[in-house]
Amino acid sequence: MDNANNNPHSTARRRGRLIKRHGLFTRVWHWINLVCLVVLLMSGLQIFNAHPALYWGNDSNFDDPALQITAMRGDDGEPMGVVRIAGYRINTTGVLGLSRDGNGELDQRGFPAWATLPGPQWLAMGRYWHFAAAWIFVPMLLAYLIYTLASRARRRLVWPTAAQWRGLPATIAHHARLKFDHKADYNGLQKLTYLLVLFGLLPLMVLTGLTMSPTMNAAWPWLLDVFGGRQSARTLHFIFSFALVAFFVIHLGLVLISGVLNNLRSMITGRYRISSDAPTAKDNRHA
Amino acid sequence: MRDRKLIVPDPKRRRLITGLGALGASAALTGCDSLSRNDQVKDLLGATDRLTRAAQRLVSSRASLAREFSESDIADTMRANGSTNPSNDDYKRHAANGFADWRLRIDGLVRQPADFSIDDLKAMPSRTQITRHDCVEGWSCIAKWTGAVLGDVLDQVRPTAEARYVVFHCADNIYGGPVKYYESIDMVEAYHPQTLLAYGLNDDRLPIANGAPLRLRAERQLGYKMAKYVMRLELVDSFAAIQGGNGGYWEDRGYEWWAGI
Repeated sequence: MDNANNNPHSTARRRGRLIKRHGLFTRVWHWINLVCLVVLLMSGLQIFNAHPALYWGNDSNFDDPALQITAMRGDDGEPMGVVRIAGYRINTTGVLGLSRDGNGELDQRGFPAWATLPGPQWLAMGRYWHFAAAWIFVPMLLAYLIYTLASRARRRLVWPTAAQWRGLPATIAHHARLKFDHKADYNGLQKLTYLLVLFGLLPLMVLTGLTMSPTMNAAWPWLLDVFGGRQSARTLHFIFSFALVAFFVIHLGLVLISGVLNNLRSMITGRYRISSDAPTAKDNRHA
Repeated sequence: MRDRKLIVPDPKRRRLITGLGALGASAALTGCDSLSRNDQVKDLLGATDRLTRAAQRLVSSRASLAREFSESDIADTMRANGSTNPSNDDYKRHAANGFADWRLRIDGLVRQPADFSIDDLKAMPSRTQITRHDCVEGWSCIAKWTGAVLGDVLDQVRPTAEARYVVFHCADNIYGGPVKYYESIDMVEAYHPQTLLAYGLNDDRLPIANGAPLRLRAERQLGYKMAKYVMRLELVDSFAAIQGGNGGYWEDRGYEWWAGI
């Protein structure tokens, strides 16, 4: 893992400089995390399907869920999948509420078979996958958060500089026009996003998940107060998971359009090519 | 626990999906679905059950209490799940005469096996608690339960030092199947102050739908642990010889023995 800043290769110098962007731990963590989060999401949807409704508060007000995915007979007498939310009824036949199983048969279920792990309705196995993935994900998340906080350089990687805070509106406008700089340092918007995901969404996923456990409620009763009850925690767990899906979609989109090979290489070998006129992370510190 | 098999699909589907076997064999299986049927993968996933139990026992003390709620939090109806009206003749006979001849048998690894009538249990110090029932499916329901503290009842039969689990044998053939419902908890949960043999629900007699005449309340566990229509407690050092050997009806059908999460 030598420092590539002084790469003597002339073509590299012409096209920009290769720098070491991601350490080994970050790269390993990133890919294991990807697998864990996909398993957690799909097994989570399997678990949700066992009772595809969400509530607010301590318990389930069965007559008036905040959200419900179900199937019913439409006006034409044909079965249809519906999502009920805030007094609205949305026809979601084919995807939510009523979808085709592996044999092409229409089946009443919350999320469709292609989105759940395992595919068929199988709550026990969904729970096994979910908790097994969580047992890998949670210790790795804890380790990564400590690793990030432990050194000044890595704290600076996710905490925007004063200039970056001030420049945030300009950075957003810049991104909205799909223009990307290739610098050693992350820009303010990137830092803020990673900050929110790493120290916000991911820990909140873990904590709302634990709040659903009756033994954890006895061990750490403050969880119930923080999230407003078990059913609220379940609803928040669901909302945060889709916030993570949104992050994933945007993250993937930006990786694809801002130089997919350079980005992928930086997360596999650690090396990232920056523009030849871009300052290094060192120069950037007090910018 | 070692060779637990994770076999059967979702328990509480009222209408079991037909043709699941065919589906399992179909080419539509994704990679993860075939992994879900691989024995080594099952063992690996099953290990997390023991890991979760160890971790949760570490962070929760023996006496840490489940939250208790106020009267205003009680749901209009306590949702009944699983069996709601056992149809076998024995149970129907007991129900017809108000469980007057019903006796709770406690035996196994105890020094004084004994039988208790409902009145015997009601004569013991009672506990009333308003707690939240959490189903493995995801829903919760708050109700007020009254019963004898299981620890007090066990003290009367004096478990031997070898006793590690209390097995609850029930009257109901769930979903009309060939076997009777059963469940088990370990001695830590059995002696927890909120663990009750409940005979009362919301200041009334426990209704048949919710497990009359007697059901278990183990408030730090999921609903499937809380056996209804309890007929007999058996104290054992291993549940390997009972039914499927995994310590409970749903455990024999792939669910975790540790139901604290």
